[in-house]
Amino acid sequence: MKFASEFRDPAAARALLAAIATKADEIGATRQKPIHIMEICGGHTHSIFRYGLDKLIHEGIEFIHGPGCPVCVLPMARVDECVEIAERPGVIFTTFGDAMRVPGHKKSLIRAKSEGADIRMVYSPLDALELARRNRDREVVFFGLGFETTTPSTALSIQQAAREGLTNFSVFCNHITVPEPIKALLDDPDMTLDGFIGPGHVSMVIGIHPYDFIARDYRKPLVVAGFEPTDLLQSTLMVLVQIGEGRAAIENQYARVVPEHGNPVSLAAIADVYERRPSFEWRGLGEIDASGLRIRRKYGAFDAEEKFGIGYAASSRNVPEIEGCACGAVMTGKMKPTQCPQFGIGCTPEMPLGALMVSSEGACAAYWQYAGARAAAE
Amino acid sequence: MCLGIPGRITAITDAGRLMAMAEVSSVRREVNVACIAGNDIDALVGKWALIHVGFAMSIIDEEEAASTLEALRELGEAQETLEQMAHSQEALQ
Ligand code: SF4
Repeated sequence: MKFASEFRDPAAARALLAAIATKADEIGATRQKPIHIMEICGGHTHSIFRYGLDKLIHEGIEFIHGPGCPVCVLPMARVDECVEIAERPGVIFTTFGDAMRVPGHKKSLIRAKSEGADIRMVYSPLDALELARRNRDREVVFFGLGFETTTPSTALSIQQAAREGLTNFSVFCNHITVPEPIKALLDDPDMTLDGFIGPGHVSMVIGIHPYDFIARDYRKPLVVAGFEPTDLLQSTLMVLVQIGEGRAAIENQYARVVPEHGNPVSLAAIADVYERRPSFEWRGLGEIDASGLRIRRKYGAFDAEEKFGIGYAASSRNVPEIEGCACGAVMTGKMKPTQCPQFGIGCTPEMPLGALMVSSEGACAAYWQYAGARAAAE
Repeated sequence: MCLGIPGRITAITDAGRLMAMAEVSSVRREVNVACIAGNDIDALVGKWALIHVGFAMSIIDEEEAASTLEALRELGEAQETLEQMAHSQEALQ
């Protein structure tokens, strides 16, 4: 049967699913009155859909897909600014491939590239740095996008550029942080969240303590998880056990990779290069306090916002999203992707209308990609 | 972009800049090891690390590396990362 062949360790998965079912019954979770568990990280969302975990799990457990896909929460205005920078003469604009197809108001980066802008997909900011070394007469801009897992890489690259005295390298910093949007969601009276599965690779950098406020101030459990299916099931079980015992704590299921206090070198580099913006705009979620980073003054020579006078600080806020797009409602778990009027009609992975359709970590793209597998599991 | 991929450090290429050669699914790629170097960068040779956008972020054991790689393959993320590495080489030209 499908189930057995899908899991590398089917016996372990089966045992965990059974244990979850027992716990869920014990705490009275039902289809009508489900326990809502948010997986924050887009990698977890992808894994849940890939294995159909939301279908295999006890019906009283509902996964709410969190805002942890940096591409999905990237506002259109930021994409417009990327295009604007990329289309300036003399610029080589470098970006992770994930950002290429995110729609802007006028166009995406991939369209700008096809129209002649020098936009290059790179695997690492180190490659952007190397491009700057090889093209001293061009300005090489790297699009700094992503959560705490990616932030150290741009911070260390800026430090390296400073050491080398490169004058033609800058970062268009749109880095965001994980804990703040969770606080915003917990403060949203429309959200019912009973517990969280915390991101693994983000926590490898920041450790588990930045989440302490979730247990302390909101009395909700959070378990940092690996992204293999059995990791996710085990973490779900750990959340349920806490709920059953009336506890709320931050626990670490992924201790084999995530140190309690994170990675000190990464944290030092982030603190040296970046500071918090008072607030930052998230697609679908709006402005969130202290949720974005900008480059500190002392590294201003490597700040594309300073060099080009464009960016979040300079723009008008909250440019409206495309009409008929339900990304915000899907992102906050108020709507399923399939309930969006555009799903599969005006919005597909080939021609995404909303950002949730762009990356395999976006809930809509994941729904679309695994529709067949889901039908089989149902 | 959000998930690291396991690679084995095979040589230190530039101790001053904390750069090393890593083998990721038999693709060789230079990576920065600042986050895991500690006091003895040479001790990294032979070790497995989770590599994230060109930066080794965490030392892991061989077993963890194998199971992580397998999980990434099942999600299609490993292939995607390797493609991005290849693309990036072209982009440098
Ligand atoms: S289907 Fe497209 S437009 Fe609708 S919520 Fe998903 S990404 Fe947004």
